[in-house]
Amino acid sequence: MTNVNNQRPLYERPILETAFYPSYKHLIQNDQYEEWGGYTTLASFASEGQEYFSVRNACGVYDICPMLKYRISGSDAERFLNRLMTRNIKKMLPDRVVYCVWCDDNGHLIEDGTLFKFSETEFRLCCAEHQIEWLLDSAIGYDVDIEDVSTDIAALAAQGPVSCSVLKKMGFSGVDNLKPFQLAVFSQLGFDVMISRTGFTGDLGYELWVNSSDAAALWEALFEAGKSRGIRMIGSTALDMLRIEAGLIMVDVEFMSCFHTVRHLREKNPFELGLHWLVDFNKGPFIGRQALLKAKQNKPQRQLVGLDIDWNKQADSALIYDSKDCSRQIGEITSALWSPVLKQNIALAFLDAPFYEGNKSMWAEVYLHRECLWERKVFECRVTPKPFYSPERKSLTPPEDL
Amino acid sequence: MKKQQYDAVIVGAGHNGLVAACYLQRAGLKVLVLEKNPHIGGATTSISRYENFTYSNCSYVYSLFRQEIARELELYKFGLQVIPYEGGAQIIKNADGSYDSMGTYWHGDANRREVERFNKRDATAMERLDRDIVRQCKFIKPLLMRTPPDPTSFKPRDLMELLYLGQRFYGIGKQRMHETLRFYTMSVADYLNEYLENDALKSYLAGGATVGTALGVYSPGTAYVLLHHAMGDIDGTVGAWGFPRGGMGSVSKALNDSFIASGGTVRVDAGVSDFIVEKGKVKGVKLESGESLSANLVVSGMDVRRTFNAIDPNELPKWVIERAKHFRFRGSSGKINIALDSLPSFKGIPANSPCMTGDIHISQSMDELELAYDDWKAGKWSQKPYLDILIPSLIDPTMVPEGKHWMSVFVQYCPYKLAEGEWNETRKQAFGQHIVDRIARYSPDFKDKILHMEIRTPKDIENETGMSEGNIFQGELTMDQLIFNRPIPGYAQYRSPIAGLYMCGSSNHPGGGVMGAPGANAAREVLLDLGKGK
Repeated sequence: MTNVNNQRPLYERPILETAFYPSYKHLIQNDQYEEWGGYTTLASFASEGQEYFSVRNACGVYDICPMLKYRISGSDAERFLNRLMTRNIKKMLPDRVVYCVWCDDNGHLIEDGTLFKFSETEFRLCCAEHQIEWLLDSAIGYDVDIEDVSTDIAALAAQGPVSCSVLKKMGFSGVDNLKPFQLAVFSQLGFDVMISRTGFTGDLGYELWVNSSDAAALWEALFEAGKSRGIRMIGSTALDMLRIEAGLIMVDVEFMSCFHTVRHLREKNPFELGLHWLVDFNKGPFIGRQALLKAKQNKPQRQLVGLDIDWNKQADSALIYDSKDCSRQIGEITSALWSPVLKQNIALAFLDAPFYEGNKSMWAEVYLHRECLWERKVFECRVTPKPFYSPERKSLTPPEDL
Repeated sequence: MKKQQYDAVIVGAGHNGLVAACYLQRAGLKVLVLEKNPHIGGATTSISRYENFTYSNCSYVYSLFRQEIARELELYKFGLQVIPYEGGAQIIKNADGSYDSMGTYWHGDANRREVERFNKRDATAMERLDRDIVRQCKFIKPLLMRTPPDPTSFKPRDLMELLYLGQRFYGIGKQRMHETLRFYTMSVADYLNEYLENDALKSYLAGGATVGTALGVYSPGTAYVLLHHAMGDIDGTVGAWGFPRGGMGSVSKALNDSFIASGGTVRVDAGVSDFIVEKGKVKGVKLESGESLSANLVVSGMDVRRTFNAIDPNELPKWVIERAKHFRFRGSSGKINIALDSLPSFKGIPANSPCMTGDIHISQSMDELELAYDDWKAGKWSQKPYLDILIPSLIDPTMVPEGKHWMSVFVQYCPYKLAEGEWNETRKQAFGQHIVDRIARYSPDFKDKILHMEIRTPKDIENETGMSEGNIFQGELTMDQLIFNRPIPGYAQYRSPIAGLYMCGSSNHPGGGVMGAPGANAAREVLLDLGKGK
């Protein structure tokens, strides 16, 4: 199968199709297209509710081809990455994946992403925004090769309680031995499939990586194996619900990369996002270290927290106040969800100090559009730990055979 | 001398003169605008020079005009309609002699992928460059509609304004303060080199920074001019440019109609030869016809040199006369408007590409641009000039008969003074022919389609609009001639040494481009002095 639209000149068709698009095109029922990173993607294929539950209940598949993938190799690869990332990369074992963030010299967050280690000299960085300039410029003086392999590699996320069983059925024997954040290469399909036990849903799940030329064959095999196990393609609406329940942050929602912030002080550092655990000051020099050391001396003025909100109306974009009369704003909600699995009204929110700590009472001002009339409601809410949802199966190895 | 009939006389019906006139008339003054030409608009005109073709004769694109002015003066009610253009192309000559083009697209990812074809790193670096330029714009934009403070003054207003400037500056944070200070003194080439690698891409961006300025891409101070391309907006899209429907003359026409509707009077064919000054106070103006008009309030839309040249030197401090004389104009730009029988094609640009609707550039490298400047220094028009080529009729078909097109070609550099002698008709035609030949190298069918050409050298621009040496900004936009230095330190608040004589042209802060800010700021100062200020 070929991507017909990709053959058209840029000025006629600025948006590309992913390597899997021809495979799942026939499943698109309601034309909820959404552009992501210059690619045609779907907000939902048929029903976002069903797609959401496929991940919490069976196996949902999300096309992650638009993610950026950088091959970082060479004798200084590890040294280079250790200086780039705030985490200690030297502690990484081969065939492992870590979640990491990287900052500029001011300690401002550039992006978050996952780093795959194949060997001391071979890594892959996967993230949502283009980084090639930053990577190349940071590599001055290091013996390292950096290559954008985004279009060479196609990837699917297969997530949910039966995902492991589906992969086993595909012939990937031993896949159940993968621990969270571990990876292995399987060749049972006649081509190499790199499988990592990673995802963006907070559930048991895997990401499958192949050469783009093998994309169609992988998709066919996956859906053939999963068809009796409730496998479904899912769109970004369902994914967003899942990642909020998992308490995972999203670029351009919880933070804006300092590559794009125009206004002063809109940048964020890892501490403000509650990512203290990703910053290792004992590992030696890294970009932004001095600024972050300074930032660490004081508590952040604002921090991202989880909120539990009374009532059942999703509090999208709500402002948070310290009292019910809404006189003093102390924060705002970045992502909100009525959680179908928790039956709880949850949100990620930035709160000013000291409200992000302890159990101070606060109120969310919510505007509800009901039958063409806007109503203003004020709901009490409280800080609650993240992740909101974390099933045991997420970390169980081997996973339950379903 | 005639008895005073008007509360205020505005000299020059350019866009700034008209903006000032509108504000004063709306504030309750009886205002007369005097224009030397048979038409209004100054350098913001759309005059037909050939059959049913309308050109934007001088200025040709719209972006910088302050939204608040357009709204307050109801220009949209008076017919102003601005259509953004999208696209643009840098023609690229490959090493093997074949041609390609690097297009610009409205779609961010398409734009990035297009640059990626030439340089993967630059495609991402462009985003950081855009961010940093927008940051600089955000810093400077609020200053456009404010009167610059005099840093030597202890008047409360100047101190407050200096404090405002200082707070804004300190408010941007340490790192950006460093960046801003460097930015204002750097050359555009050095600035772009810190971001980009691809020479053609750099030349596409850098050329714009030399517009209206007799400096090269490697001359310090040119980076700032980048802002004049980025600080405007169309309907909130920062950095976007558009065409006023019917050409740039639609801007001055809407201003004129707004002015007339509020009771103002415009007299054309009424050039001012002298400001009548007695004992340090303005008393009126003398027209070229010999007629005198009495007025205690006169606002000059002419540039600073012409304004002070029209005053008896007895009435002016010596240093002011000298400053006005030495204000740097240095005409360096030409303009050619071409009526075309049909749409020409360009090497490397696909025929149906939307990139044709934007600005087309043919300069291949930064060195080529610098060499273009060297020609200017030698008193010659550039052999390989920076050309900003647009075909506005692709977006606004009302300017041409059906199936026809018109092309606007901005030329940098073309000297005001030629080494070989004065400008004359032969030299002017040779200049025009040279530009046509340059374009024809990239557009083989272009020459055969030419129906008419309007060639404008700096001399022509000066003769028609009155702007000294044909400088399109009424004086170059370099740090020594900006903010409280524009046009003369101590007289950068739209006032002059003559009581009752004000200045509203682009020689004043914030400078040139069809912005309207000098006109609006000058009117505000006049009204303040009259006790009608806000």
